[in-house]
Amino acid sequence: MIGRHRHCIALEDFSREEIVEVLDLAVSMKEVLRRPLKKVPTLRGKMVVTLFFETSTRTRSSFETAAKILSADTLSWTSATSSVTKGETLIDTARNLEAMRPDVLVIRHSASGAPDLVARNVACAVVNAGDGAHEHPTQGLLDCFTLRERLGELRGKTVAIVGDISHSRVARSDLHALSRLGARVRLCGPPTMIPMGVEKLGATVHHDLKTAVEGADAVVMLRIQHERIGDPLIPGTREYSKLWGLNVKKAQDWLVPSCVILHPGPINRGVELAPEVADGPRSVILDQVENGVAVRMAILYLLAGGPPVEVSAPEKAKA
Amino acid sequence: MSEPGGTIFIEGGRVIDPASGVDGVRTVVVRDGAVAEVAERLERPRDARVLDARGKWVTPGFVDLHVHLREPGQEYKETVATGARAAVAGGFTSVVAMPNTAPPNDNASVTELVLSRAAAAGLARVYPVGCISRAQKGEELAEYGELRASGCVAVSDDGRPVVSSALMRRALEYARAFGIPVAVHEEDLLLVGKGVMNEGAASTRMGLKGVPAQAEDVMVMRDLALAELTGGRLHVQHVSTEGSVRAIREARGRGVRVTAEATPHHLALTDEDLARAGYDTDYKMNPPLRSERDVRAVREGLADGTLDAIATDHAPHSEVEKRLEFDAAANGIVGLETAFAVCLAVARQGAFPEKRLVEALTIGPARAFGLPGGTLARGAAADVAVLDPGLEWRCDPAAFHSKGRNTPWKGARMIGRCTQALVGGRLVHDLGGAR
Amino acid sequence: MGERASMNADAVQRTVRRMAREIAERAGAERADLAIVGIRTGGVHLAGRLRAEIAAATGREPPFGTLDIALYRDDLAERGSAPVVGPTDVRFSVQGKTIVLVDDVLYTGRTVRAALDEIVDFGRPRRVWLAVLVDRGGRELPIAADFAGTRIDVPEGEDVVVRLREGGADEDAVVIRARRAT
Repeated sequence: MIGRHRHCIALEDFSREEIVEVLDLAVSMKEVLRRPLKKVPTLRGKMVVTLFFETSTRTRSSFETAAKILSADTLSWTSATSSVTKGETLIDTARNLEAMRPDVLVIRHSASGAPDLVARNVACAVVNAGDGAHEHPTQGLLDCFTLRERLGELRGKTVAIVGDISHSRVARSDLHALSRLGARVRLCGPPTMIPMGVEKLGATVHHDLKTAVEGADAVVMLRIQHERIGDPLIPGTREYSKLWGLNVKKAQDWLVPSCVILHPGPINRGVELAPEVADGPRSVILDQVENGVAVRMAILYLLAGGPPVEVSAPEKAKA
Repeated sequence: MSEPGGTIFIEGGRVIDPASGVDGVRTVVVRDGAVAEVAERLERPRDARVLDARGKWVTPGFVDLHVHLREPGQEYKETVATGARAAVAGGFTSVVAMPNTAPPNDNASVTELVLSRAAAAGLARVYPVGCISRAQKGEELAEYGELRASGCVAVSDDGRPVVSSALMRRALEYARAFGIPVAVHEEDLLLVGKGVMNEGAASTRMGLKGVPAQAEDVMVMRDLALAELTGGRLHVQHVSTEGSVRAIREARGRGVRVTAEATPHHLALTDEDLARAGYDTDYKMNPPLRSERDVRAVREGLADGTLDAIATDHAPHSEVEKRLEFDAAANGIVGLETAFAVCLAVARQGAFPEKRLVEALTIGPARAFGLPGGTLARGAAADVAVLDPGLEWRCDPAAFHSKGRNTPWKGARMIGRCTQALVGGRLVHDLGGAR
Repeated sequence: MGERASMNADAVQRTVRRMAREIAERAGAERADLAIVGIRTGGVHLAGRLRAEIAAATGREPPFGTLDIALYRDDLAERGSAPVVGPTDVRFSVQGKTIVLVDDVLYTGRTVRAALDEIVDFGRPRRVWLAVLVDRGGRELPIAADFAGTRIDVPEGEDVVVRLREGGADEDAVVIRARRAT
């Protein structure tokens, strides 16, 4: 359990205390990562199943590494097709996997609300590895962990998140977690990429990159994808990069020296982030990767450690 | 009490018949399938059949301008018979059936099939609607003459908007020859994109693609302009936004021939209710639940007569279509058996008077489509609803007469229910002592 | 309060000093390879004091570390929720060292079993000694202390509590009191 939560689906539902519990635990987990023997017997005999409907080698590997370090068994299930096209519904797939008696089901899906639906229909714990544009809670937590490591107490600090906020689950999870921890969040992007009503979630909105990052303690750059057909939000990546991309000159002129730069990856080098900045002294992107394993170890420990769950009738109540 | 030729005295109820201006305790006498008399005090033969309506409302049977009966083609979701049964259970003695069946109703055979199923069921009256365009493809006009002759009362491509303004213009013009309204489902598909709920703070929080209210407004405005151009009769279905209401009000004021309807759920629920329910697909429909402002405007529109009718857009689906992730679930909820309680609750919140509620369920819709019924005037068909406005009941979808179980009110405590319904003087629904 | 004193401040100090001398003596020529590792949380301050006393006795301060055994517990399946994990801090190489594992009270032996599993995951020590201030018997595993400050028989339902100044107590003491529900 994480506080009152049987699942880790949305940081919007987490209290400050619950988030801090995970971050503090991740400190101990990170220490294990630094040992010569990166293994502890804690989750021996437990099973962690990753169910990814969207391909993502990095996030899946991070979860599997976290599980293996804790000595849990892992099973990976990828499905490129959605419920509708394949004929087997999401609920059916999840129930079939339950036959392997997983202790934790880690799900990534392109539909917001999918982990929620699964959690209501299985008995084991569910971790959301990203659902549509809704949330990516472990990313939000690892970003907070990274920021806390570098900046100390996050209350009163200012964090700018730059990019396609409207399609970004990372932006939403970061926003929820940072707000709980008392940080001030600035969202920045072209007006087409700022979703309606986002100020109500406690962030300020900027369309000018300079004003968004000036004086900020940290900047989170998001990956930009330009869809040419359907509903294009920008004329193209060229203009986006000019106005909202972070290059060396802008970083030097606009960012305070202690400002750190994050990116959830994978980076579109040259579009939102110049290579020199991505590899530069302010960048903590590689720390994020290591911290991701530590945070996921903490989540798996909290949800899987404890008495084994009985595979009985699926619970109807929302956790 | 089911003999067509019988005489029934409906006594002691509050008769609300806006068409005749009656609102008070009266006795309604039904004879030979028609309303014989509505009077305050009547001598009644000792052996007369009596329907005790004390403490209840007695109204014309409700008229629903918008239901999906799913037959032909999707009988696993609903049939004309089960839909007609659900209708009378909700107090609806007439329903207008949308043509998006499989095959769609763009010809006489489908129309005749629907009518024959309705006649066999012998419950609510069913008025079929034909397609605006052949197979609802939005390219060529369907044969309105044939559709009208075989029994259609309007044309609609409901489920889809008419994308081509040119086709919409011709549809409004051509329909004039047959004296039928063109009923329109309004959404700009490109603005809607992959949206699944109203665009706003709630959709942002939930990470679901949103549909701006203006996606409906721009099409309503377009079609009002075309109605003005052509002099045709436009009927706007399931109005859900402030912008639509405003545009309709303004156009009506200028003399454009437009009528409009709103659903119970667009009068009662907002997108925040959806957010509170989590990713519950029983809150997913098209048009989606809107903002508080929009709901307020729709209520005002109904109250001031801008909107003529309450129509349920009863859309039964099976578990296969609904028990999915939100993006993938089908749009629509059932409404026939919950409409009265839901709308009564809205009325009791002060949105509109009870009399207006009844009007919007009876003569309002009847007039909009030129249908018989919606009144208890002497000589009118004895389509009567007897409703208990204080009856408390728990909404149990498993007990619905409809095959559909998809309702956001599942498990909710409801107040107000139809206890008896007569069609042509026959008792087709009687709650009795069962619940 | 319902506690009774078992060792006073003076007795605690003398006992720790004696243990330090015994450890240094037994290490003999290999005292340069001594390392002190305290088991959280009860063993940490005691380990610190032992380290200071060994430094005083040998003229050399041995490397120091702390172990949190939460991730190595054998009772995770029975507990209602996952126990809180504190920091483990072992920055020196354990290879070839004489590790002195330190805890305040030795009882069932399960904590020490977990600590042993954990310390050998850091490398291969030359040997591991167990030093405790109080051995209260009641072993459930074949674990024995190499250095025990004192042996006390404590009835079931009662606990031995070690208080040290470094941990915030007014003065050092060992007391026995009724078991409190966790």
